[in-house]
Amino acid sequence: MSFLRIENLSVAIRGGGPLLRRVSLEVAAGEVMALVGESGAGKSMIGKAVLGILPRAAQITEGRIWLDGEDLLALSATARRQRIGAKAALIPQDPLTALNPVRRIAPQITDRLVDILGWDRAKAEARARDLLGEVQIADPDRVMRSYPHELSGGMRQRILIASAFAAEPRLIVADEPTTALDVTVQKQILRLIRDMQARHGTALLFVTHDLGVVSKICQRLTVLYGGLVLEQTDVRAFFKAPGHPYSAALLAATPRHDDPEASLNPVPEAVIAAAQAEVAAFDRSAPHG
Amino acid sequence: MHDGRGAVRRRAGARLWLSAGWLTLAGGAALLAPWIAPHDPLAQDLFAGRMPPFWVAGADPAYPLGTDSLGRDVLSRILHGGRIAFLVALIAGLATAVLGATLGLLAGFFRGWVDVAISRLIDIWMAFPPVLFSILLIAVIGPGLWSIIIAIIVIDWTRFARVVRAEAMGQGAMDYVASARVAGRGRISTLVVEILPNVLPTIVVLLTLEMGIAVIVEAILSFVNLSISTDSPTWGGMIAEGRTSVHQAWWVLVLPLIALFLTVLAFSQLGEGLKDRFDPVLR
Amino acid sequence: MLRQVLLRLVTTLVTLFGVAVIVFVVIRVVPGNPVAMMLPPGAGPEDMARLQALYGLDKSIPKQFVIWLGGVVQGDFGTSITTRQPVAGLVLGRLPATLELSVMALVIAVVWGGIVALVGTRFRGGRAEAAIDVGNGIALSVPDFLWGLVLILLFGVLWPVFHISGRVSPSLDLPFVTNFYLFESVIRLRFDLWWDIVGHMLMPALALAFPLAAIVAQLLKQSLKETMHLDYVTLARTKGYGETRVILREALRNAVLPTLTLVGVQFTFLIGGTVIVERLFSYEGLGNMAIDAVINRDLPLIQGIVILFAVIFTAVNLIVDLLYAVLNPRLRHA
Repeated sequence: MSFLRIENLSVAIRGGGPLLRRVSLEVAAGEVMALVGESGAGKSMIGKAVLGILPRAAQITEGRIWLDGEDLLALSATARRQRIGAKAALIPQDPLTALNPVRRIAPQITDRLVDILGWDRAKAEARARDLLGEVQIADPDRVMRSYPHELSGGMRQRILIASAFAAEPRLIVADEPTTALDVTVQKQILRLIRDMQARHGTALLFVTHDLGVVSKICQRLTVLYGGLVLEQTDVRAFFKAPGHPYSAALLAATPRHDDPEASLNPVPEAVIAAAQAEVAAFDRSAPHG
Repeated sequence: MHDGRGAVRRRAGARLWLSAGWLTLAGGAALLAPWIAPHDPLAQDLFAGRMPPFWVAGADPAYPLGTDSLGRDVLSRILHGGRIAFLVALIAGLATAVLGATLGLLAGFFRGWVDVAISRLIDIWMAFPPVLFSILLIAVIGPGLWSIIIAIIVIDWTRFARVVRAEAMGQGAMDYVASARVAGRGRISTLVVEILPNVLPTIVVLLTLEMGIAVIVEAILSFVNLSISTDSPTWGGMIAEGRTSVHQAWWVLVLPLIALFLTVLAFSQLGEGLKDRFDPVLR
Repeated sequence: MLRQVLLRLVTTLVTLFGVAVIVFVVIRVVPGNPVAMMLPPGAGPEDMARLQALYGLDKSIPKQFVIWLGGVVQGDFGTSITTRQPVAGLVLGRLPATLELSVMALVIAVVWGGIVALVGTRFRGGRAEAAIDVGNGIALSVPDFLWGLVLILLFGVLWPVFHISGRVSPSLDLPFVTNFYLFESVIRLRFDLWWDIVGHMLMPALALAFPLAAIVAQLLKQSLKETMHLDYVTLARTKGYGETRVILREALRNAVLPTLTLVGVQFTFLIGGTVIVERLFSYEGLGNMAIDAVINRDLPLIQGIVILFAVIFTAVNLIVDLLYAVLNPRLRHA
């Protein structure tokens, strides 16, 4: 059963051009779906639309989103918000800015459990302590009493991961969760996310521009250009033979982890022009583009 | 198009024009007061005391805005009072701007001990309650038009000095200043030719705001009876008199109050409007 | 941290010393002779000299300053020329009235401005915010003196529901031992008196509060709007919180910090404004006394009041800095 199903989702700037063009995708329980593309391809916009945190200037113009079998867009704003809070979570990009600097760590992990799911505070704190242990934080009690600025970037990302898993969500959106981190920490965090996701059987939507990371933790991937899905396929098949010229160019442009010295091939202009033409063709064929 | 900025800009534009319009009207009327005022503002007519303004029953058409308890024409007094208000605003505002901006430029551009001395002085000045300080100064140098102007300059130069100092510091760190110096410009010449023009919009905005402050200070001082000699009509003096007889003749208080309110509001809104206009320079 | 506090105290003392010197010098170059006004007609020059000697006005200015400073260190601010009572006692007797008025105005300004900022942020981008901006602009442009006059007209004359003169109804019997009337009436549970005092203070307090409320609203709203774009606020939204809760719990405390310092400076302006507002409402505080002292050329009294105002100003700045450190966990542990 799929925990997340998106059908023909279009997002546009209010009174302006489209950001997503009829995107459809599905993520099953325990599955990791990568969203890949260059900056501006709309990959983060999908996660934001699902979590209900689109910027004020953007709005959903068509399509549907099912979270755990429930049609989100059919719900009232309040109900949708609470349903998302209970069943989905975000692992943000920059752990340094994603924790509130004036609040201690403990309530930042437990507040969702207490306020949205109605847990008892003591039970929520016990849960937070267990989770901090699970993300390999040595001294959970001290950390829970700390303020964010007293902890390292890697620690804070572990906390944010623990917080994301706190309510046993069906879906987690990870928005480039390692780009802001030190290279040495990146690998540990990546492994942690994969292990946690596998253990909890969560569906994971993994937004990234790094195909090297995709090969390590994802099963399927969606390649986007200009808010349009160019290819959606199995990761193993993709690395063997990308199904779209743009995907192939993107793959060729990725630095190889086994040979970082190898020269990079930027995406050729002809390929970009072809992708742009595809977007333009889509807009012409769309009934209201 | 649903662009919020367009609406904001239109509103800002309207604000600018309304304020400028009122100031032109009131300033022009004040300037021409001796010719357009229907009566001598000091002439008393004890038989025509507390005549109401024209729209109230029992008004005398000779006194369109009524008379005060001594039978003096309110309209003529407001016009002549405006003359003093605008005179103070103009002279005190300009002089304060020149003094404060000069000190601010010197502190911000030369840094070092000049800056330390001027900044210390600003700190000390900021520890004075301004209204009390102005009243104290007037008491010391004696009432009069020039005393008010001097008091405003002495108290408010810090408003210019603080802001201009910070701006000059920022401008002084820019590349164009360094290249002017490399090209062989002297220090003073760099200050006047390169930095001053860039700080000028800020000074103009502050000057507009300062003129509003000068009007209010003049009103406050004449309210506590320390302004001009008592026989010159001033808005503050009229308000002080009107306050005592407000239950018998509200117009003696209300009409000069409206004039004062609108003038102060207009100066301030004009300044804020100009600030938005100059936005790229100011931020 | 301790070193910084000590350094702040030293610069504060330097500032206060500067204030004292300036006031001292300014007052003593007065052309009119205050002693001459005290003498009955027909008094000779020797009477004048005797009186001047009595107030120490016959010595050189630096010498007078040293004597005065020596007294100040022992808590002696000299004797008022008009009332012939010790300045320290007179000034401290009036201080509570001014403090109560200033604090009441501050509370009104912060509560009102805070609510306006929250409402403006909650409904940002709409008509409500536009209306708030216009209202703020007007409230900011018009100083406390004019608001006072407007309030007198509205609630003293047109619709006379509040007192516009004095601190308490003269007919009331006051059981107070301190001059903190408002505070003491609560302690003594005399709510009848409390109500009367509030009725007297509300108008001048509102006049003082209007401009500050607008500043609080403007700064806090801007700060809140900036905070609403930050990552931890976005993260809180994904947890299922509504807009109001996100503003109150995630954004507010962070947004308050940058506002606080500026409000501190503005509060000193508010205290400065009590001088004319107290006069306007015949409120028996320090400011009203100051204007009388200036009109009567009561040099020792003027000196004492100005110094006290300077002490209050610098104390407020000091308190604001400490509050900032307490509210900001990043500084608390540094």
